Amino acid sequence: MEADSKPKKSGARLCCVCNQNRAALKRPKTLEQICRECFYAVFEEEIHQVILENQLFKPGERIAIGASGGKDSTVLAYVLSELNRRHNYGLDLFLLSVDEGITGYRDDSLETVKRNELQYGLPLKIVSYKDLYGWTMDEIVKMIGLKNNCTFCGVFRRQALDRGAALLKVDKVATGHNADDIAETVLLNILRGDIARLSRCTSIITGEDGPIPRCKPFKYTYEKEIVMYAYFKKLDYFSTECIYSPNAYRGFAREFIKDLERIRPRAILDIIKSGEDFRISTTTKMPEQGTCERCGYISSQKWCKACVLLEGLNRGLPKLGIGRNQGLNSDGKKDRKRDSRTPSIESKQCGSLEF
Amino acid sequence: MHLTLEFGGGLELLCKSVKFHNVNVDLPKGADKLSMRDLLAWVRTNLIKERPEMFMKGESVRPGVLVLVNDCDWELSGQLDTTLEEKDVVVFISTLHGG
Repeated sequence: MEADSKPKKSGARLCCVCNQNRAALKRPKTLEQICRECFYAVFEEEIHQVILENQLFKPGERIAIGASGGKDSTVLAYVLSELNRRHNYGLDLFLLSVDEGITGYRDDSLETVKRNELQYGLPLKIVSYKDLYGWTMDEIVKMIGLKNNCTFCGVFRRQALDRGAALLKVDKVATGHNADDIAETVLLNILRGDIARLSRCTSIITGEDGPIPRCKPFKYTYEKEIVMYAYFKKLDYFSTECIYSPNAYRGFAREFIKDLERIRPRAILDIIKSGEDFRISTTTKMPEQGTCERCGYISSQKWCKACVLLEGLNRGLPKLGIGRNQGLNSDGKKDRKRDSRTPSIESKQCGSLEF
Repeated sequence: MHLTLEFGGGLELLCKSVKFHNVNVDLPKGADKLSMRDLLAWVRTNLIKERPEMFMKGESVRPGVLVLVNDCDWELSGQLDTTLEEKDVVVFISTLHGG
């Protein structure tokens, strides 16, 4: 037991791995008290094991890292670069950024990615909503108001990443989604009864049957550890909440997960495990995957979500594609008068992905 | 007690975009030491200029905010019960933003 003198706060605790250095953090994953150096080693090694065990990459592949300038993608770029070198993955790494056109948020974070390009020596490509769709998020929000912004942005971003990846001619996209994100998504899908998404959202590799597969090397990595890693290593990242996000439903799932983590940190990985092991009853009807009639992108409906949303924007029908029964053919009773203030921009096709 | 406080991960926006603060905190009446619990209350009153719910929940920090005392996770030193000493450096980092 400790001596009767006032215990030195951190000096008394030694790293449980090396037993030499002072412990710097408590890992939520394992509750171990660990020093900086051992933390770097175990953090990097665990990600390396995830990459190997799930066969995320093959030698010679061109990989685009979805980079926003935020904490996850910056650490992903840093760690992947390092592991690629250390373990000779033989990968060609690129940074791929999406400019949604959100003033005061995206323009600042893109500056960070440009710095990352120099700091990590990885070539950068930026694709913008304006070029791809003819609309910036700022313009979209002006049209639709402050609800459902994330629906538009998320749908458009997914396609934007694929377009950018096609332009870079890469084999795969790697994103920085971490364990907390995936646990939130599992909860969100349960809360919404979205069985189709629930069955897919825990996969570490997705879209293998589509144009560009994507993977999430941080699937089992805790957000807290990513931030601590970045802090100790003094990695440069941008950290402001998107100005349109406070109204997002995901915020509730996030709040809940954070409260849970405080009580039982292991809950985050356990929720992911539940999501992985979920089995859908055979009598449940699942949507079938096809292609969009307008642009050829993957879709379970006649038109892909991006085309539906764009159609709504261009016709001044902000609710088109939002909610359960708002499809293309349900607007018979809607007001068809086009708002004279709405710019009638010829909508660009979502675009075919030429391969 | 003189302390250096750092706000990161977007929290600086709650303190008029100032990341570093050199502060002098009075010990609570009748106490001979300063705990993190005391410091948090002091910060909320004296440094947080807007949206305190982004920084604190109850008497602790909002879940998702990491706290380091002299570069060590406060979970190692008893969280709110951590006692502070002269010239200690306390860092608050929010993880609640896009990645």
